[in-house]
Amino acid sequence: MIVAFIQRAVMQGIPLLFGSTGEILTEKSGNLNLGIPGIMYVGGISGVIGAFLYERSAGGNLNPFLAIFIPLICSILGSALMGLIYCFLTVTLRANQNVTGLALTTFGVGIGNFFGGSLIKITGSDLPSINLTKTSNYFKASLPFADDLGWFGKVFLSYSFLAYVAIIVAVIASYFLKRTKKGLNLRSVGESPATADAAGINVNRYKYVSTCVGSVIAGLGGLYYVMDYACGVWSNDGFGDRGWLAVALVIFSIWKPNLSILGSILFGGLLIVHNYIPGLGVSTQEIFQMLPYVVTIIVLVFTSMRKKRENQPPASLGLSYFREER
Amino acid sequence: METKAAIELKNITKTFGSIVANKDVCLKVNRGEILSILGENGSGKTTLMNMISGIYFPDHGQIFIDGKEVVIRSPKDAFNYRIGMIHQHFKLVDVFSAAENIVLGLEEEQKFDINKSAEKVRQISEQYGFDINPNKKIYDMSVSEKQTVEIVKVLYRGADILILDEPTAVLTPQETKKLFKVLRKMRDNGKSIIIITHKLHEVLALSDKVAVLRKGEYIGTVETKNTNEKELTEMMVGKKISLDIERGEPKNPTDRLEVKNINCVNFEGVKLLDNVSFTAKSGEILGIAGIAGSGQRELLESIAGLQKLKEGEILYNNPKTGEVDNLRDKTPIQIRDLGVRLSFVPEDRLGMGLVGNMDIIDNMMLRSYRKGKSLFLNRKKPKGLAEKIIEDLEVVTPNAKTPVRRLSGGNVQKILVGREIASSPSVLMAAYPVRGLDINSSYMIYNLLNKQKENGVAVIFVGEDLDVLVELCDRIMVINSGRITGIVDARNTTKEEIGLLMTKTDSLENQGGEE
Amino acid sequence: MAKENAKEPLFHIAKRPAIIWYKAWIIRIASVVVALLVSAIVTVLLTGENPLNVYGTMIEGAVGTSRRIWSLSQDIAILLCISLAVTPAFKMRFWNIGAEGQVLIGGLATTACMILIGDKVPSALLIVIMIVASIVAGAVWGIIPAVFKAFWNTNETLFTLMMNYIAIQLVSYFSYEWSVPKGSGQIGIINSDTEAGWLPVIGDKPYLLNIIIVLIITLIMFIYLKYSKHGYEISVVGESENTAKYIGINVKKVIIRTMIVSGAVCGIAGLLLVGGTDHTITRDTAGGRGFTAIMVSWLAKFNPIYMILTSFLIVFLQKGAIEISTKFSLNDSFSEIITGIIIFFIIGSEFFINYQIKKRESVKEVSE
Repeated sequence: MIVAFIQRAVMQGIPLLFGSTGEILTEKSGNLNLGIPGIMYVGGISGVIGAFLYERSAGGNLNPFLAIFIPLICSILGSALMGLIYCFLTVTLRANQNVTGLALTTFGVGIGNFFGGSLIKITGSDLPSINLTKTSNYFKASLPFADDLGWFGKVFLSYSFLAYVAIIVAVIASYFLKRTKKGLNLRSVGESPATADAAGINVNRYKYVSTCVGSVIAGLGGLYYVMDYACGVWSNDGFGDRGWLAVALVIFSIWKPNLSILGSILFGGLLIVHNYIPGLGVSTQEIFQMLPYVVTIIVLVFTSMRKKRENQPPASLGLSYFREER
Repeated sequence: METKAAIELKNITKTFGSIVANKDVCLKVNRGEILSILGENGSGKTTLMNMISGIYFPDHGQIFIDGKEVVIRSPKDAFNYRIGMIHQHFKLVDVFSAAENIVLGLEEEQKFDINKSAEKVRQISEQYGFDINPNKKIYDMSVSEKQTVEIVKVLYRGADILILDEPTAVLTPQETKKLFKVLRKMRDNGKSIIIITHKLHEVLALSDKVAVLRKGEYIGTVETKNTNEKELTEMMVGKKISLDIERGEPKNPTDRLEVKNINCVNFEGVKLLDNVSFTAKSGEILGIAGIAGSGQRELLESIAGLQKLKEGEILYNNPKTGEVDNLRDKTPIQIRDLGVRLSFVPEDRLGMGLVGNMDIIDNMMLRSYRKGKSLFLNRKKPKGLAEKIIEDLEVVTPNAKTPVRRLSGGNVQKILVGREIASSPSVLMAAYPVRGLDINSSYMIYNLLNKQKENGVAVIFVGEDLDVLVELCDRIMVINSGRITGIVDARNTTKEEIGLLMTKTDSLENQGGEE
Repeated sequence: MAKENAKEPLFHIAKRPAIIWYKAWIIRIASVVVALLVSAIVTVLLTGENPLNVYGTMIEGAVGTSRRIWSLSQDIAILLCISLAVTPAFKMRFWNIGAEGQVLIGGLATTACMILIGDKVPSALLIVIMIVASIVAGAVWGIIPAVFKAFWNTNETLFTLMMNYIAIQLVSYFSYEWSVPKGSGQIGIINSDTEAGWLPVIGDKPYLLNIIIVLIITLIMFIYLKYSKHGYEISVVGESENTAKYIGINVKKVIIRTMIVSGAVCGIAGLLLVGGTDHTITRDTAGGRGFTAIMVSWLAKFNPIYMILTSFLIVFLQKGAIEISTKFSLNDSFSEIITGIIIFFIIGSEFFINYQIKKRESVKEVSE
């Protein structure tokens, strides 16, 4: 049972991991992108649209490569576009980040649910619902021998490729931020854009690139959710509040993507732990689902009280940068 | 043949609007030479250096590097000509280590490896005798360490010409001594160093040549070994200019505010005010002279209840009740509740004294809105006051509902001073009230201060123009690095005397510059 | 030699010193017009209908019948109420994005009163208790992040965001605890037989009371912000904390007090939703209005009177878009897309009000 619990926790955690890794990269540039939930919806639905169109045009015979490639590219493009909208408004036009982010979430969730509900009608298809089991099967493919390796295989090797992508991306992001020159530059943009500017760093370019890349990564979380977790079935609002949970995870992992790997599994576990505690009433389960948020608040309060400088949000988070000219 | 100067400026001129910041400035620095640029606040030193480092672009004039004419349009161009500037306000990322800050934004060929960079930082430090830990975080550093990081940063980038903008303003004498030692070492290594300062003894102790600026104009360059403090002071402050500010005799001055041995430190433990004592009398203007950042702001804020004191007392002799109140550790509200009528015109007009986005009427209320038990604001009186000030002080504004942010500097100041005077204070403190104002507005402010003096107010005036201080004030107190170096009678003093007090280093402590 | 690589951008951006008010409004209105055009294009692409038809449908959907007008007004009232609630905090630059949770918790408190003591006290007393409970609950939800912000500078955006979900889960919990029938997770209409705790209906207009209450709150909030000493302090703290200290305002106190106000008004919104219209509570009772309200308040430049307009704009669009989606067999979420587009344009337009783009004067040649 513990093995199954861990497996489910990981699967719950992967979309959060994608989301939080993307948001960490974004926040490190000083952009507090509250549009992440919307972006994850768009990442999911773009993949769905891609897969839907491909499944229809290919008839019954799907090319395994294309079946993965097309939804993936669609998802990436969709989320990147969302990131661009956010950047254009907040970086180029210096709009308020909170308002822009919330509008982006409204917009993104709207896009997701709209196309999710209307795809069938728009295309005039006679399919009863969007059910992309075929595509999903390709996404869900895991190592064939995983099950033969007992608990080890189940805990570590039983997941689909996107899950490993999530972990690899988080590790790379962590390495990028900590060990590379560009990562250093990016962090300086989020901490003190004026300093970065004076050092010859193109502040706006860093904000744009990191926010768009961050959006793409977050969008993959949406794709993973539909294609893998939900077995290719899109249901409106099915993704729920996972986007906000991803934002919470950023705080929980104090802006460190590698901590976010563990954090996501922990959050995933907290989300489903009520299923594994015997004798729990339905109502109590709801209290358990509160845990990730409570834990996040505790972390937030704790870090602000402790005032350890490394664990604070990037110093210029939420502020637009404008080089005053004389 | 003459050796080619490392950097030479010819007839550099820069104007901002109608203000001439630099006029026909000529400078020349050779390799292995230290040049000091000496001048009072606002004499154009920093503007000049900003042109060399690519932040501003000159209107006229030429810059030569190693004898070749160059155009410097951006900090990056300056880097390419191996010019490095250490600004007065450090540009560092707090949560980064020294080494990370040093390599920030640098495009290096080899792969990024912070340990290797740290190693290189260590090498540079050893070469010049810096004491710096490359892995230490900036937020853990003292001001002097941060400055060291800035210096190493430009050296790391291969700078041959270093410009330091008032590097000693924030340092203790011991730290200054250390800094001068490394600067000399750099000079001996063939670097050219330009140091902006207004401390005479430092100039004499460190530099090979001194260039003097006064109010944007280039006065001349002298060899340090052929000059002395007196000559430099004269060059710096210039001949006395008569301003014809009226000055009445104080009418029966009585002690109004007694400041006794106050001490104040910042969060890093650096002393901002060091055992300051003085008395402000009713019916007189007490001038405070000093280099910018010598503790003037902290002094006024301590009196106004905005600064925490470590030691000392601030006693107020209440003319109405005859009682003596101690203002130390009181909030502005508590001070007002004591019946102390204290007005304060802060240096930062829009950031502190006024709210830029609010209209004139609402800004009038800042001091008075609390009056009365009503939950609601009474805009009638402030409106009347606003209109009165607009009329009396000839404020140029469309109407009283205009946000003060939209007014010009002089008009903003009239609003602020007008409000502070309106509460008929018994003590009026004004920090740089004429900074950035045109002649007419300045005279209006002088007249207002004089009128307050006639009314028996104890006026404390922090100024930077010595001519004004000498003609306006009754007594002038000189502050230097948080200490009072002298209180002189303004009627019987000279600018030179004040200038020397402003730059004098305390004899008790070791002189920073001397070997 | 260095001349060739000397590049200066042709355009540069400078802060506008001032803009005449009508110019600012021209820019804003222009942005709404452009946004409507873009929305029209999107709609046409998706439906293939004549855009005029589409807009006709929209107006029809929003104000076509008197029932629709009432429902529109009711929705405006609730959104307006929440927008008013977040405004004092926003004016203080305290980014309270926790209105969603503050509304829900106010609603939950109302629900609790209706269920637990609905049949024990007389109806009038019950309603008084409900009012007090909802206000207190909302205020408590507001005060928690405020205290941490005031004393430890804890990031309020993230804190209030998390508080939303705690409130949502609490509602879910009680939805099961009090569900009818047991275990269904639905509370259903509370006291449907006795109507205990239902806010009274004026005439036979079910939403009129809500609308009147919100209008009163609008007026009070307008006066509070503009004419009260508290409102003045909020402005000063929001504009410049330094000035606030200079004149001796206790910034911590103002932060906490303002968030109590903010939370309390959210609590009232919860009361109106549960006691006045829904007579039940679910996770979706606030329905994202806590977030939309932020945009409404922002678009209105924190002016309560303008907020009537902006909340009307948003709700009108939503209602209209829902009608479009029904008529053309699309999905309700269409309205969210349109709302998003319009907000993008309006917040983007602020840039052109605050900044101007100047062409750089030709750079002077340097004599060589």
